[in-house]
Amino acid sequence: MQLTPDDIIVFTLAGWKVNATIVNTWIVMALLVGISMLITRNLRPDVPPNRWRTALEVIVKLIQSQIEEVTRNSARHVMYFAGTLFLFIALSNLLLVIPGFSPPTSSLSTTAALALSVLVAVPVFGIASGGVRHYLKTFIEPSVIMLPFNIIGEFSRGISLAIRLYGNVMSGAVIAAILLTVAPFFFPVVMDMLGLLTGMIQAYIFAILATVYISSATADSDPSVLKKEDKS
Amino acid sequence: MTDLAIIAAISIFTAGFTIAIGAIGPALGEGRAAAAAIAAIAQQPDAAPTLSRTLFVSLAMIESTAIYCFVVAMILIFANPFWDAMLVAAGG
Repeated sequence: MQLTPDDIIVFTLAGWKVNATIVNTWIVMALLVGISMLITRNLRPDVPPNRWRTALEVIVKLIQSQIEEVTRNSARHVMYFAGTLFLFIALSNLLLVIPGFSPPTSSLSTTAALALSVLVAVPVFGIASGGVRHYLKTFIEPSVIMLPFNIIGEFSRGISLAIRLYGNVMSGAVIAAILLTVAPFFFPVVMDMLGLLTGMIQAYIFAILATVYISSATADSDPSVLKKEDKS
Repeated sequence: MTDLAIIAAISIFTAGFTIAIGAIGPALGEGRAAAAAIAAIAQQPDAAPTLSRTLFVSLAMIESTAIYCFVVAMILIFANPFWDAMLVAAGG
């Protein structure tokens, strides 16, 4: 049984073992970049929008409205970051239905990299919006006694982001593989459909949590409803 | 029992025990969260989009504790470091 696509070596390039995680990440990246470039190829005011461009605009508008609902202000940079996270995770989770394709998010390396990028983005956005003093001040709130807990919380939220995504995607793959040996005809399809739903929800949650973490570190955000729940 | 058999037995028992205990808490918590959200939606149907979004995020948060237990159980069964070390010691 494969717990992670890290173990599948696709090819060896000058002594470097290129595993399935890297190749599948490249495939997802190529799909995202290629489709977006194809659609926005002639993006001029005199060209009427076709249906592909409208579809892309619907997706972007949806992401924008969701993020604005959470942060209550239009932070465009947050949208670029969290929206890209969402599109990448959602596409790689959706490609789970293709036989032989193991989603890159079912490897702990990918999810840890995504969580690390969120961990780096939180201070970057925080310092960019309110300055170093304001960002460092969030660590001694409500009092100085909370300083170690705040620092631990910063790391534990990264770990929980990574393991939540990995565990959800990996559990779907493992359960499908176990069911293939028990009831191979119909039941794995149902579990794969459940996996699609879980994959979309997890992509949404990853992006929303990244947005919540970033907006709680930035200066001009009013306390959101979700802020209390980020200590899982 | 050999050392290998003891490790195998304890690993399998612990994996089952981990997921059993780890499923109880999140199941109760998710039930309470869903019940509270449904009651709130019944009282205020206008706030349903906000409530359901918050509910989804909270459910994933609660569920992640069960997922941690699942990951530990999977590691115990399929990628047990002690088992691998014993196999290497027995082979070498």
